[in-house]
Amino acid sequence: MNDTVAGLLQVVLLLVLLAACYAPLGDYMAKVFTSERHWRAEAVLYRIVRVDPSSGQRWPVYAAGVLGFSFVSIVLLYLLQRLQPILPASFDRGAVGPATAFNTAISFVTNTNWQSYVPEQTLGNTVQMAGLTVQNILSAALGIAIAVALIRGFLRSNTDRIGNFWVDLTRATVRIMLPFGFVAAVLLVIMGVTMSLHSGGDIGGSTYPLAPAASQEAVKQLGTNGGGIFNANSAHPFENPNPLSNLFEIFLMLVIPVSLTRTFGTMVGNRRQGTVLLSVMGGLWAVMLTLAWLSETHPTGAAGIAAGGMEGKELRFGIPGSILFGVSTTGTSTGAINSLHDSYSGGAGGVTLLNMLFGEVAPGGVGAGLYGLLVLAIIAVFLAGLMVGRTPEYLGKKLGRREVTAAAVSILVMPSVVLIGAGLAIALPGTLDALNNDGAHGFSEVLYAYASAANNNGSAFAGLTVTSDFFQTTLGIAMLLGRFVPILAILALAGSLAQQKRVDAGAGTLATDKPLFGLLVGGTIVLVAALTFFPALALGPLAEALA
Amino acid sequence: MLTRLRRQAGTGMLVLVVFTVLCGIVYPLVVWGVSRIPGLTATAEGTGSVPVVGVDQVPADPAADPYFHTRPSASSQDVLGPGDTSTSGGSNKAQDSTDLLDTLAQRRAQIAQREGVAPEAVPADAVAASASGIDPDISPDYAALQTARVARVTGLPAAKVQRIVADATDGRILGFLGEPTVNVPKLNAAIAAAR
Repeated sequence: MNDTVAGLLQVVLLLVLLAACYAPLGDYMAKVFTSERHWRAEAVLYRIVRVDPSSGQRWPVYAAGVLGFSFVSIVLLYLLQRLQPILPASFDRGAVGPATAFNTAISFVTNTNWQSYVPEQTLGNTVQMAGLTVQNILSAALGIAIAVALIRGFLRSNTDRIGNFWVDLTRATVRIMLPFGFVAAVLLVIMGVTMSLHSGGDIGGSTYPLAPAASQEAVKQLGTNGGGIFNANSAHPFENPNPLSNLFEIFLMLVIPVSLTRTFGTMVGNRRQGTVLLSVMGGLWAVMLTLAWLSETHPTGAAGIAAGGMEGKELRFGIPGSILFGVSTTGTSTGAINSLHDSYSGGAGGVTLLNMLFGEVAPGGVGAGLYGLLVLAIIAVFLAGLMVGRTPEYLGKKLGRREVTAAAVSILVMPSVVLIGAGLAIALPGTLDALNNDGAHGFSEVLYAYASAANNNGSAFAGLTVTSDFFQTTLGIAMLLGRFVPILAILALAGSLAQQKRVDAGAGTLATDKPLFGLLVGGTIVLVAALTFFPALALGPLAEALA
Repeated sequence: MLTRLRRQAGTGMLVLVVFTVLCGIVYPLVVWGVSRIPGLTATAEGTGSVPVVGVDQVPADPAADPYFHTRPSASSQDVLGPGDTSTSGGSNKAQDSTDLLDTLAQRRAQIAQREGVAPEAVPADAVAASASGIDPDISPDYAALQTARVARVTGLPAAKVQRIVADATDGRILGFLGEPTVNVPKLNAAIAAAR
């Protein structure tokens, strides 16, 4: 079979799988967050942690729950790494250094999963399982909770309650992440992913590392986390042994973000509202995939041509299986890799970077993709309102000063962090020594690092050496700001929307369930990213691609 | 605000402890339990049909080298590999990198000499390092390129070596997933058995 046709059929199979899950999973998730009934296990948990599940929270309380929970999560993960020598099943791997432990703790709690260490040499089973696997599940559940709180803001009126954070977090964990993660993990074991409690094995004198990979791989992909249990991540034959597991891992990272648009449509009582958002996500994803594919199959750099585009790729995935993974991992907030983005062509590397700079909405992280896109939809409605001189409305709520301010804060944090962080890093003399490549590509390595941290992606142009205290600290701070400032703005937005009364759609109301609105949102995303990042992109990937 | 944060963090601590037990101990151990089902355990322990180890020993004299070679690895001291299986990773070199261009040319020349062919005959996957550095597969083209040498050094008939290569070759799954590959560890085990 022709290579291109085979590659396209892979895409078709992926889309068929996603389409099959879209409605059932989306509606199931809607039911999870609208059901009045608590599972018995959940009720037991609420009693243990002394939470009244029937009481709603005002947005500042909800936000305090998010921050308080994330804070203790970071502290525990930091301590687990620092105290590794006294933990069981650590294989004498020693305490993780303070800067790396700080960065890694923040990284996994913020759903970034940036890795500045070699896991198979640094971490034992206790930190991997009780530390990292836990946050792979919980940080994703937290993202879903925020998205649901925002939807409630649109649904409710004349109330200051946006739900109960502990109930949302628990349900997202117990009813979504854990059961689907378990099924995915078992399927991965069947496909040949490693699942071992040993530190390593030996074949003919060559030692190789082992790890409880399948249980972490499943939730790493399903929760759009991306932190590999091996250094090579999903390129490692133990994490991603064959083309079937590869396609399944791509499917896993897309399925929840995509289906959440259905959840949204179902919850607001108009499924076309969700379809419009889905078409924006899907349209962007398709355009980016096409660009990356064309660029990667037509390399322009001399070394790229000599290597036939195969430098940094696994033979079993080839170019289509690698590009499909790369575009999906940066369009979501996953950041897992099955091929080295640093070795992509200028165009394809630029696509993975731009995918993050769009704010990761094609289709975005678990929960984060939906709330990120809803904020951009609010900006689009606002812009349309400015054009015709009317007070903008979205889903029966007026978008006044408070709402638009919250939306603006939410989308401005990431660009500020990326540009200031990358600018600062590149201005420091030591950074030049940390680069693995020179010229425009070297600049891209630094820009990519801050884009990845601020968007909680976690993939890297991994040639950059980020083990210095400067990078560990500033990238850690970038992850914190990129995660929690938008979340606070969105919870404030949800609180303010919930307090409003519902307004009926009038003749002048912009129809937000029509294709035209999809184009408007898509245009807004591209315009905001282009205006903000064009100069930086011109210095990096554009210069490389056009050289 | 601070009191509220402290109270919520206290609740968060309790929730985190419960979920650490559930998601960090129970969940992975249950998955591990499933992987103990006979038939699944071998691959779960890394000894199944997806070996990571390529050529174990590369003899100093290339003329006496009886086995098929894996792709080169950025983690290897030697420019042609094999990769260090105790870790994983790639070169992260850009496509306009002159370092990478030099390395590729060096590999191409060495492989051409080893196999006694023109440098242009060496396929791309033979010179480009993989992402993991321990890619167990090579392309059917690279296997075909090595067949003559393996036949000569092992004394096996060329047709027999070709048949063993064909047996170790996997097409695309379902005809369209992934790329056609030859698994080197499987191939070399078969060659060793046939000698």
